[in-house]
Amino acid sequence: MQVEQFYYDNRTVKNFAYATVLWGIVGMLAGLLVAIQFYLPAASFNFAPTTFGRLRPVHTNAVIFAFVGNCIFAGIYYSLQRLCKARMFSDLLSKIHFWGWQLIIVAAALTLFMGYTTGKEYAELEWPIDIAITLVWVVFGINMFGTILTRRESHLYVAIWFYIATWVTVAMLHIVNSFEIPFSPLKSYSWYAGVQDALVQWWYGHNAVAFFLTTPVLGLMYYFMPKAANRPVYSYRLSIIHFWALIFIYIWAGPHHLLYTALPDWAQSLGTVFSIMLIAPSWGGMLNGLFTLRGAWDKVREDPVLKFMVVAVTCYGMSTFEGPLLSLKNVNAISHFTDWTIAHVHIGAMGWNGFIAFGMLYWMIPRIFGTQLYSKKLATTHFWVGTMGIVLYALPLYWAGFTQAMMWKQFTEEGQLKFQFLETVTHIIPMYITRSVGGLLYVSGVFIMVYNLVKTVKSGSLVADEAAEAAPLPKVIETHGKEYWHRWIERKPVQMLVYSFILVAIGGLLELIPTFLVKSNIPTIASVKPYTPLELQGRDIYIKEGCYTCHSQMVRPFRDEVARYGEYSKAGEFVYDHPFQWGSKRTGPDLARIGGKYPDSWHYNHMFDPSTMSPGSIMPRYPWLMDAKIDTALTPAKIRAMQTLGVPYPVGYDQQANAELMAQANKIKDNLKKDKIETAADAEIVALIAYLQRVGVDIKGEQKAQVASLK
Amino acid sequence: MKFINYLESTTGVSIYGLGSFMLFFTFFVFMAIWVFKADKRLITHLSEIPFDHSDSKS
Repeated sequence: MQVEQFYYDNRTVKNFAYATVLWGIVGMLAGLLVAIQFYLPAASFNFAPTTFGRLRPVHTNAVIFAFVGNCIFAGIYYSLQRLCKARMFSDLLSKIHFWGWQLIIVAAALTLFMGYTTGKEYAELEWPIDIAITLVWVVFGINMFGTILTRRESHLYVAIWFYIATWVTVAMLHIVNSFEIPFSPLKSYSWYAGVQDALVQWWYGHNAVAFFLTTPVLGLMYYFMPKAANRPVYSYRLSIIHFWALIFIYIWAGPHHLLYTALPDWAQSLGTVFSIMLIAPSWGGMLNGLFTLRGAWDKVREDPVLKFMVVAVTCYGMSTFEGPLLSLKNVNAISHFTDWTIAHVHIGAMGWNGFIAFGMLYWMIPRIFGTQLYSKKLATTHFWVGTMGIVLYALPLYWAGFTQAMMWKQFTEEGQLKFQFLETVTHIIPMYITRSVGGLLYVSGVFIMVYNLVKTVKSGSLVADEAAEAAPLPKVIETHGKEYWHRWIERKPVQMLVYSFILVAIGGLLELIPTFLVKSNIPTIASVKPYTPLELQGRDIYIKEGCYTCHSQMVRPFRDEVARYGEYSKAGEFVYDHPFQWGSKRTGPDLARIGGKYPDSWHYNHMFDPSTMSPGSIMPRYPWLMDAKIDTALTPAKIRAMQTLGVPYPVGYDQQANAELMAQANKIKDNLKKDKIETAADAEIVALIAYLQRVGVDIKGEQKAQVASLK
Repeated sequence: MKFINYLESTTGVSIYGLGSFMLFFTFFVFMAIWVFKADKRLITHLSEIPFDHSDSKS
């Protein structure tokens, strides 16, 4: 048969690889700074953009979508071409994809620093960026499917299946979770409220881990690990089972992020069951990766690429074992809201994602530059420094998380809580310090890699268009044995796309729909009223400053939490919360019942300098809130947006809102004056105080009646 | 504008859990049966796709 000559596009691969390294460093340095802020609050520089609440989303978004995102694209653009024996479908689309993604990253960083955030973890980016992400994702999809459709290899290797599932599912997750009503060029309110918002968000959040940090990276593993070891994957059959089981089960596990919350019980249990089931495919995949090295362990001793991959796959196994463990209610009761979760995700992020990325870069960069790696020794050093970094990062945090949870739950013999919240924080500060040393080691390793790669690149020159040849696809495809149904799916990638979409969509819909349908899931509470205009403005400041990154608003029904914070949270309390602000970590105490707990002046002083009100507090200062003014011009638009979402403000209320806002603000201003604090009525701090004094008070007077009505 | 207002009549939530499990289980069983019955030569061929390069760089 006539062989066709063609060229692989290595330029796009190179661009994505460089972007991986660049954003990796940015994201990790941001992470290092937030880690330092835990024991050195002054490291927030009393400057809004560098406070924890804004910097932490920069860190998570940069690491997930910029570092791992670019790594995935680099790996896909490299492997897909070779697995399909075809150049990427369109050079123009490759270019748009690359530059579009980088622009999104820059826009994301800028807006997050400026405080434009939706307040939903890992989906913080505001609506214009959400739209841009959708467009670029479609460009990527067309480019990928175009390549698959014009391929010269009749079979789709399993890595490509993972890429397809990734594309489909991320598209679905992103669109469903980003439903929002814009009320200004850069701000919007989540379409969903309270419990529903929480469920959609964690369905998204969990599956962002599954389909952005896991499935595409598994695709990379199935390509690069056999390549690096120079032997086929241990069991291809297992990889097929791994694929289908993983994408089917993963989509259901989201509710395990909401155990013991106000989410309906059945949804929590569903999340737990599927999380436990996830162990099987995850470990199948891990073993498949490790067994690929059977008989080749001597190579691991010499080859830093394999070293990185072995530890990466091991970390994948560890975190996918720990994940289901954490979704058991009794374990979750201890781990949730503590640093345990942070340790868990960093095993995944640093170990699995990071090490696959490093291994891939060390393997791929020399190849696309037609040269050898500059120094294996330096790469091995990077490996050891990085591994030590992971250990030093994770172990102290496991310890810290467990210790703190135990301290939270301890009572004295007299039945009083044994520790103040702040005591449980100051107790684990040494662990925070050690953690940041681990982070420092890890990022130092990356700098070693940068030096090594720069030297490698300089010793070669980019083979921008790598010559290759292959026979075109025959008209009649040769079959091995009997034609079978799976082959029928696999031969037609568009069908494959449709079927994997149906699979994940069924999972998603069945999980989400009931919460939307069943009224009894969210018992309405008569005393719960919409926020006043000032409180709404204050809530937006709460979201803007990222308070949810350290404070939960969810009292779980535990003895210690009820004793510490007050009545446990009910689903019906959050019906006007667009978005919900339950949070996922308690670096500071829960705020679900903060309303009315302290006088206005306490909040004023506390926000100005937390350590004056709670000595030893590690909360950053917020001095700019005293001077910055709220934008009252936006109040009517905000009210109208809320009305569109079903919040029962009276008709025409948007026009009266500012008058009521000022009346309430003046009251707080007078109140502060009594305590000798002078402030402008339209200062941000006034709105924030109004909001904080409102949180959780709706049901205080009616607790007894409400409990009776729930029964 | 809340979904709840349109579709509040659904009852029998347990069917969602049950249905989902059955769906998964059936699919998984069929897939597993196929995987283990699949032709060995095909499986070997598939697993060697990454090495089937005309440029044979590695």
